[in-house]
Amino acid sequence: MRYIILISILLLAVLTAGCTGESGSTGNAISAGYSEDIEIKGSDTLLQMVSNMAEAYTVKNKNAKISVTGGGSGTGIAALINGEIDIADASRAIKKKELTQAKDKGIDPWEFIIAQDMLSVIVNKDNPVAELTIEQVSEIYKGQITNWNNAGGEDKEITLYGRQSTSGTYSYFMKKIVEGDYSSKMMNMEGNQAIVDAVRQDKTAIGYVGVGYIVDDNGNQINGIKIIKLSKDMNSDYISPLDKTKRADYPISRPLFQYLSKKPLKDSAVYKFLVFELSEEGQKIVKKSGFIPITAEDREHNNALLKKI
Amino acid sequence: MRNHRDIKERIIKLFFSATSVTALVILVGIFLFLFITGIQAFGQITPAEFFLGSEWNPNAYEEPKWGILSLIIGTLMITIGALIMAIPVGLASAIYIAEIADSKTKEILKPVIEMIAGIPSVVLGLIGIVFLSPLIANFFGLNHGLNAFTSSAIVGIMVLPTIISISEDVLTSLPNEFREASLALGATKWQMIRMTLFPAALSGIAAAVMLGLGRAVGETMVVLMVAGNALAMPLSFFDPVRPMTANIAIEIKEVVKGSLHYETLFAIGFVLFIMTFIVNFISDIVIEKEMRKYKW
Repeated sequence: MRYIILISILLLAVLTAGCTGESGSTGNAISAGYSEDIEIKGSDTLLQMVSNMAEAYTVKNKNAKISVTGGGSGTGIAALINGEIDIADASRAIKKKELTQAKDKGIDPWEFIIAQDMLSVIVNKDNPVAELTIEQVSEIYKGQITNWNNAGGEDKEITLYGRQSTSGTYSYFMKKIVEGDYSSKMMNMEGNQAIVDAVRQDKTAIGYVGVGYIVDDNGNQINGIKIIKLSKDMNSDYISPLDKTKRADYPISRPLFQYLSKKPLKDSAVYKFLVFELSEEGQKIVKKSGFIPITAEDREHNNALLKKI
Repeated sequence: MRNHRDIKERIIKLFFSATSVTALVILVGIFLFLFITGIQAFGQITPAEFFLGSEWNPNAYEEPKWGILSLIIGTLMITIGALIMAIPVGLASAIYIAEIADSKTKEILKPVIEMIAGIPSVVLGLIGIVFLSPLIANFFGLNHGLNAFTSSAIVGIMVLPTIISISEDVLTSLPNEFREASLALGATKWQMIRMTLFPAALSGIAAAVMLGLGRAVGETMVVLMVAGNALAMPLSFFDPVRPMTANIAIEIKEVVKGSLHYETLFAIGFVLFIMTFIVNFISDIVIEKEMRKYKW
């Protein structure tokens, strides 16, 4: 019995010491960050596109090992702050709170814009509703309009599909479109694809996803869903996110970001990969993945930062 | 020489007691870790706000909300639903295996049922999403099948092996004199099972159900996939629910270590831990007593 007590105390002491010491050990991960290996994590919206770019990049650079995982923009930025990854994919800008948290932990995020997204609102293919104003979308997601007949459709209760709070799309849509809390009845889905699948099955559904998820490899609209034409207000045109000629007027276009955990070295793998993403070849992959290449303005934003490296 | 042997003896003793104590230490360590991290949340929110608040929304547009009542109710609905579905089936199978089936059938049935426990929960979740939820939606005329009912059905399947195999053990461990006595008094087989064996095994069966309950409370993957995870307070079994386990699994990925959100998730984890701990603890005691009751 004496032994047992002694050993218990000893082991417990070791264990608790391990727990409390944990927070101090993040420094290692950062300093080891810039080898040929690149860890990318974050937005599910960017996941497919960044994976495509990583694949194309590693074909040419055999030494590079790039791992791209999803989980949501919040997940990626949290991992960046916790010093676990090199690049965070994000479909929203980093929040002020996150920036202070990062600074507290000695992380200095560098923001690049690598593509543009037309956030798309989708419904089931059998739903007669084809057009909505931003205000209607907001009221639907706030839970103020609960029946499709109040939005020009049939007498059916609306089922809301949205992302989980880890998602940048969730935050972006809440801040910019809903401008209020989501209805608590909204289903929290795991990713863009999960929303597309749910909307296909549910005739009363409404959902929002990145434009890359509503087109196939050839740029055609996928079947089973209907893409809602949106307008800023009652007096403006209703525009589809797939309408190339009116792209500038589509009401919910947003930049897609990548955050670096610190200023990259000029020859580092992270720097080289970033340059590849912003190159003409990289932007071609953006297009092929269903998203929109960066604008001249974005290019200016990126170049200003690249100059400092 | 004698001294040498003594030392060897001691070292071996020390080694074995160390390994057996490790399990205990891990348990206490996890308990302390959850408790110490979770308790810090109450520096910024009150326990009443946490336990009695019906709204959970850490990423709200305006004020974040930290009430876990709807999460607790989500967990309870799935657990109770699962037990309602699993208990009748589980008991009937246990009685069949223990009392009615011949030894050959028994030899096949028992391992097959225990194999259900070996199915990875993510596979059951997949079946739930692709097959069961559209089926339930069609059958009940719902818009979708991601709700407490579907989750209960799948979690019910997951707790079946626990309920069946422990109830069966308890029934089998009843002394044969019970059966002989009741049959000698002219009881039919059904009367013997209903009036003699079942009452005698009742507390053991209750313990089996409790163990199943502990399993159901802690189930994460299935509910994450098929419960719908809406934050609203569920009003019926056909509403989507967000149980505590799924909530932690969804949100732990985005929290920064040391933030209030991080601490509240650990507090939820602590509540879960206490719930399953109490349930398992009680059922362990009951089973222990039950197994000894009729040993002469």
